[in-house]
Amino acid sequence: MRMPEPDPAVLAQAVRVTEELSRIVGAESVIADAERLRAYECDGFTAHRQRPMVVALPETTEQVVRILKLCQRIGAKVVPRGAGTGLSGGAMPLADGVTLGLAKLNRILDIDYPNRCVVVQPGVTNLAITEAVKADGFYYAPDPSSQLACSIGGNVAENSGGVHCLKYGLTTNNILGLEAVLMSGDVVRVGGRHMEAEGYDFLGLLAGSEGLLAVVTEVTVRILPKAPSAKAMLIGFPTVEQAGACVAAVIGAGIIPAGLEIMDELAIEAAENFVHAGYPLDVEALLIAELDGPEVEVEHLVGRVQAIANEKGAVSVRVSRDEAERDRFWAGRKAAFSAAGRISPDYYVMDGTIPRARLAEVLGRIKGLSKRYGLRVVNVFHAGDGNLHPLILYDVSQPGELAKTEELGAEILRLCVDVGGVLTGEHGVGVEKRDLMEFMFSAVDLDQQQRVKCAFDPGGLLNPGKVFPKLRRCAELGQMHVHQGALPFPDLPRF
Amino acid sequence: MAEVISPGNPGEVGEAIAWAIGGERKLEVRAGGTKRSLGRPVAADVVLDVSRLSRLQAYEPEELVLTAEAATPLGAVEAALAEHGQQLAFEPPDLGSLYGLPEGGATLGGVMACNLSGPRRVKAFAARDHFLGVKAVNGRGEVFKAGGRVVKNVTGYDLCKLLAGSHGTLAVMTEITIKVTPAPEKTRTVLIFGLSDGEAIEALARAMHSSHEVSGAAHLPASLAARSRVAYLSGANAAVTALRVEGFGPSVLARCGALREAFNGTGPLEELHGQNSALLWREIRDLAYFADEPERAVWRLCVPPAEAAVLVARLPEKLGARPYYDWAGGLIWLSVEGAEDAGEPGVRGALGKAGGHALLVRAPETVRRSVPVFQPQDDALAALTARTKQSFDPCHVLNPGRMYNGV
Repeated sequence: MRMPEPDPAVLAQAVRVTEELSRIVGAESVIADAERLRAYECDGFTAHRQRPMVVALPETTEQVVRILKLCQRIGAKVVPRGAGTGLSGGAMPLADGVTLGLAKLNRILDIDYPNRCVVVQPGVTNLAITEAVKADGFYYAPDPSSQLACSIGGNVAENSGGVHCLKYGLTTNNILGLEAVLMSGDVVRVGGRHMEAEGYDFLGLLAGSEGLLAVVTEVTVRILPKAPSAKAMLIGFPTVEQAGACVAAVIGAGIIPAGLEIMDELAIEAAENFVHAGYPLDVEALLIAELDGPEVEVEHLVGRVQAIANEKGAVSVRVSRDEAERDRFWAGRKAAFSAAGRISPDYYVMDGTIPRARLAEVLGRIKGLSKRYGLRVVNVFHAGDGNLHPLILYDVSQPGELAKTEELGAEILRLCVDVGGVLTGEHGVGVEKRDLMEFMFSAVDLDQQQRVKCAFDPGGLLNPGKVFPKLRRCAELGQMHVHQGALPFPDLPRF
Repeated sequence: MAEVISPGNPGEVGEAIAWAIGGERKLEVRAGGTKRSLGRPVAADVVLDVSRLSRLQAYEPEELVLTAEAATPLGAVEAALAEHGQQLAFEPPDLGSLYGLPEGGATLGGVMACNLSGPRRVKAFAARDHFLGVKAVNGRGEVFKAGGRVVKNVTGYDLCKLLAGSHGTLAVMTEITIKVTPAPEKTRTVLIFGLSDGEAIEALARAMHSSHEVSGAAHLPASLAARSRVAYLSGANAAVTALRVEGFGPSVLARCGALREAFNGTGPLEELHGQNSALLWREIRDLAYFADEPERAVWRLCVPPAEAAVLVARLPEKLGARPYYDWAGGLIWLSVEGAEDAGEPGVRGALGKAGGHALLVRAPETVRRSVPVFQPQDDALAALTARTKQSFDPCHVLNPGRMYNGV
């Protein structure tokens, strides 16, 4: 993995940087010895590793400000890191970089029921927010599979979704305010406890910006009252095409389920053998649909979805009878990644999104690619929003197999873009998909994005080497070529 | 009158911008022109009229996605959606009558550029949340795209969000892809009569804390309720608190019943169906109650919902403020006595420490030139705003000064 060249001038100052960081956060919150640095060599994207120059673990916004000012002054790169569960290498360290671990910023600052929001520090885990308000009947909607471990700051960086985002939105739709520190040390506050942020929508821009624009130090999230009832349905189909057609028909009928997931044969088998969720093993595709809301609505919609499923050729339909069974139905889906880990030494998670109508076609073509590369692919996906998670099974100990896997992954993502989709739905570009960005964006598109980065971080010190395939200097991006002259299209109507 | 140029495709928009840069001219970007009075006056030499970019390009009901050129009339978009039982969930307002213009002139691009959302925003998110993809021309005259045609997408920065609510100061949008949603099968509105502002804000919060999925939560003091064209309101001679539930038939009936039960004893109750319900929420959405008093200034306050009534009580009496509340208190619409400063110190002063912001939505041009129309920003945010403008429009060609002086 090609990363920005380490700056020898910065590396030469490593000891001094460590000392200065210790003065800011205390020696116990600075990690500089090779042994302990190993824990920070990668995030959830484990295919490539790099030991950081040093790790600092601040506990306050003020400390973050001082660290960023220090790094800005000496020209040291900074890599923000939350819980380290990211799947695209967004927190992959740099050899000459300071990894800024935000896990110690882990306090829930305020639970504000009258305004239906919670103010938290970025290191608070996703699930901890729901846990804090659950007893009062509320929850925080986005629920990525890693919600037990992943931090809300990381969720903001990646704009995380989860199985319920079809109905309840992604992180960007569920945050109200942010406090963030720029590389210069400037602290900006956008939004708050009110419903819409003012001015340019920096709140929306920072969501999904993968730690390249600012370091988030406080997040205000919207909480929702929990739905009074929910039921999950397991619907088996003889073919993936029929499962896809059922999804289209459900949405076409005006029904937006809380969750709508498809698993293919290999995924069903792996999950069933692992958690014994009661999945049917004689079908090629399993559709899991969850309906929530008032009891009368759930009853009504379960009936309608069942009718649509039968019409589309479902061979089995089961409706959860109680909460325990609903949890069990989901357990298999939620454990799908780990289940893949049990049937293969290694697996590589993809994250493309496609238009729903192309689902069957894309799966067919993935099957073809899988054969050609001689690598098994397990498919689980958020069918409601077309977000695919093909898992490529491989064995890193076989020479050349990782490279072959990455090639197959790139082909799958190119396929997603070809049918009108995108490279990543919720895992982020990071380093993993960085070099594929040109499949989707022109040089002009990418330059405009990089100019936005320049507005936040003119020195290019915050998390460089991620997202963009080519590092561009801000001075070069800012150049203008002005042409004097007359309006070049004389035929245009003018008034 | 300023010269007008009307490009017919993104390439021509780019050429027009390059021409403007070369000749050091400034452009006012315009489509329907219904919201020209929203924002600071733009000091432009030439109007860049994009209204020829008005084709609805692709609509796939089963994908819940629609792509249209930016100046496609909102009415055309809504009509296409209605044919398939779908809608824009964010319920964009028509501000025509507020500005003394005909209704129906708004375009999709205008709505997105101003990030305007109606009452359903309390449940179903804002315009910006439905903005999936964009083609636009930046202030360098370069055509670029961002986002995509799918709902879930984190490929690159979310520049759609940045363009939503940028009032045409960053780029000229030429093509917009939005998420659309199924329209509800049934709608009911429960009215509670006679609550004070404070009591109403509490009632609205109670409704939002319930699991009844309220999709409209507004309160009209008696003087404004009297202006409604819905007889139940105009004849009530009392303040009216309105709660809307939408969705599938059996669910709506159940939730409507549950709300009536929950608010039994709070005040006299009434229920609106069909036409009456639709008319009421359209009035609330479009600021119909302020249309007949063009001499009064109008403010839009976005505040923490629970603070709304307290904040209104802090307004100086001399403003003669007439407020009403939407988004369960999160949005306050306010008309005040016309004055040289549109009551700005009093209105912004009332925001206090609770946070939030005030936008001057209607005032004469001279007032909008001298009074900050958008909420003033602190130094760090103002500097970031200026650098962001620079990153799209380095020569300040597009709508200069529309939002902030110098931006």
